[in-house]
Amino acid sequence: MNRSSLKLLALGAVALATGLAACGKKAEPAPAPAPAAAAPAPAKPAPLKAAFVYVGPVGDAGYTYAHDLGRKEAIAKLGDKVVTTFVEKVAEGPDAERVIRDLATQGNKVIFATSFGFGDSMFKVAKDFPDVYFEHATGFKTAENMRVYEPRIHEGAYLAGLVAGKMTKTNTLGFVASFPIPEVLRNINAFTLGAQAVNPKVKTKVVWVNTWFDPPKETEAAQSLMNGGADVLLQNTDSTAVLQAAERAGKYAFGWDSDMSAFAPKAHLGSCVLLWGVYYEKALKDVLEKTWKTGETKWGHREGMTDFVKIPDFVPAEARAEVADAKAGLKAGTLDIFKGPIVDSTGKVRLAKGVAADDKWLGAVDFYVKGVEGKVPSGK
Amino acid sequence: MNELALLVAATLAAGTPLALAGMGLLVNERAGVLNLGAEGLMLVAAVAGFATAYHTGSPWLAFAAGAAAGGLIAAIYGWLVIWLNTNQYATGLAVSLFGSGFSAFVGLGYVGKQIREQPIDGVPGLRDVPLLGVALFRQHAMVYLAVALTAGVAWFLYRTRAGLVLRSIGESPQSAHALGYPVQRIRLAAVVAGGALCGVAGAYLSVVYTPLWVEGMVAGRGWIALALTTFATWRPTRLLLGAYLFGGVTMLQLHLQASGVQIAPQFMSMLPYLATVVVLVLISRNPLWIRLNMPASLGKPFFPGG
Repeated sequence: MNRSSLKLLALGAVALATGLAACGKKAEPAPAPAPAAAAPAPAKPAPLKAAFVYVGPVGDAGYTYAHDLGRKEAIAKLGDKVVTTFVEKVAEGPDAERVIRDLATQGNKVIFATSFGFGDSMFKVAKDFPDVYFEHATGFKTAENMRVYEPRIHEGAYLAGLVAGKMTKTNTLGFVASFPIPEVLRNINAFTLGAQAVNPKVKTKVVWVNTWFDPPKETEAAQSLMNGGADVLLQNTDSTAVLQAAERAGKYAFGWDSDMSAFAPKAHLGSCVLLWGVYYEKALKDVLEKTWKTGETKWGHREGMTDFVKIPDFVPAEARAEVADAKAGLKAGTLDIFKGPIVDSTGKVRLAKGVAADDKWLGAVDFYVKGVEGKVPSGK
Repeated sequence: MNELALLVAATLAAGTPLALAGMGLLVNERAGVLNLGAEGLMLVAAVAGFATAYHTGSPWLAFAAGAAAGGLIAAIYGWLVIWLNTNQYATGLAVSLFGSGFSAFVGLGYVGKQIREQPIDGVPGLRDVPLLGVALFRQHAMVYLAVALTAGVAWFLYRTRAGLVLRSIGESPQSAHALGYPVQRIRLAAVVAGGALCGVAGAYLSVVYTPLWVEGMVAGRGWIALALTTFATWRPTRLLLGAYLFGGVTMLQLHLQASGVQIAPQFMSMLPYLATVVVLVLISRNPLWIRLNMPASLGKPFFPGG
């Protein structure tokens, strides 16, 4: 044969030889350290590798910041038994699947995805990695090795409503909402029900911004609500923009997901905070102690995953007493925020008189309660 | 009626960054250089302005920093397309992408930080006039400066010799070169000035409009400003009105939602961009009209020797 084919053949042979040698090499290191390790006292088990996937930046001072605080708390409690990494600003969609898959192949044994929109991506990856545990925050799809966890943040929204109802002078509240999913609609409804409990004349206006995190848009939405007469605002978007817009305009608002009291000394009426640390500690312990089971976890004030904090001094004492009473009721399990009769904004009865809502009802909320203006937009 | 006045006020504020950036691009394009990097310039300037406001507390220094950042990146862009004659469209897009990534990187440490709220005093005296006062006279100084700028640019382009030279370079750089004008240097000056104005627009967004820094906060306004120059057939006054139109459409959809009007919010979010496309289609119907109004050498490289 001619010179170039000979060269090609030689190259191929070298490549093949190297490949075989490499395969052979992989098997060797494994048996070698084992005898060495057996000699001293039982070696410390390698730390559990856990990974967190965040939808926003850790510096958002809101939703993702709260998750990261929780992660740090869990590490502080569990010490060197776990080692964690996180990836922030992961867009919901195909990119999320890539990131989760990457983390699973890197040896992480438990992965937390912290946004509703990561559900489908995580579900797909969970099928391919049966040995890895997948945890999805605020989701609903589960599998053998994937479970969901959710804070009852509507409890915080209800408590905020109690304060809002007392502080509003125009009897109009405003809500800057992200996407029309049950979680968000629950929050709008809980806020309104809380306000109506202390002030039956209250109405709520809602503006949908179709994003979890976009401060300029959140500011513009807050502006339009205030232009429309709202003087107390709540949002379920992830930044401090709405609170800061209220401060600039001399109106009131609340912190959401994290303690935002530092951002608006005059406007801040309280923060509905999420304390993810207690859950992350439990979830990691489950994996360490091999007691992990799939399912749904929905924790609120009772389990210490939600709270309503930093009510300022200028809020009248009676409002603060209402909040304290309600909190005690939530912690003891005696207060049901969603208890019949609940009528929606079209007049239809959604919950019969005296019936307390169960998790199934809560997960299927697709309406506004009476007192919220407008219609629920369709689509996600 | 008061709601209408508030909507007008919100429109003026929302249209100002579009007007400022658009004016900068107009000056660029009148000299024959098409700077597609507007979005990137605004982002870098936004983070520069925010960082300056955070460290010094002065909004005017922040605007200056934004202008400097915009001008600097525009100068690099100018060197590439004017002296090295790289393709203007590709280079502009590269600048845009660079600006996005660079601003996000530099801004990592500033997410979640707060700066002092800028007091919006409006015009003393006039601000208390019922209705009109609410609508027109309760804005930040930059809004009024944008209007003054429009008048200034119009005067510069149409009433000064320097403006005439700039426009002639935009129409036919070869002729201007033959007459002895330093075409390349004048173009660079136009590019840097345009970049500085885009920078001021970016800084306004992060220091006055929403006093926060977050990655990507310019949210496509740079692209809208680019469309605006074509929409306005490269005339300053029309550009200002176009900026308010686009700002108004954005605020209108939120305003309508807050008033309880039942249109899908997703459709409403689309409106400003849809309006951009519709306007561009309308204008492009008549190719002769475009040719008459567009600077003839827009986007084309200029070789002094050739």
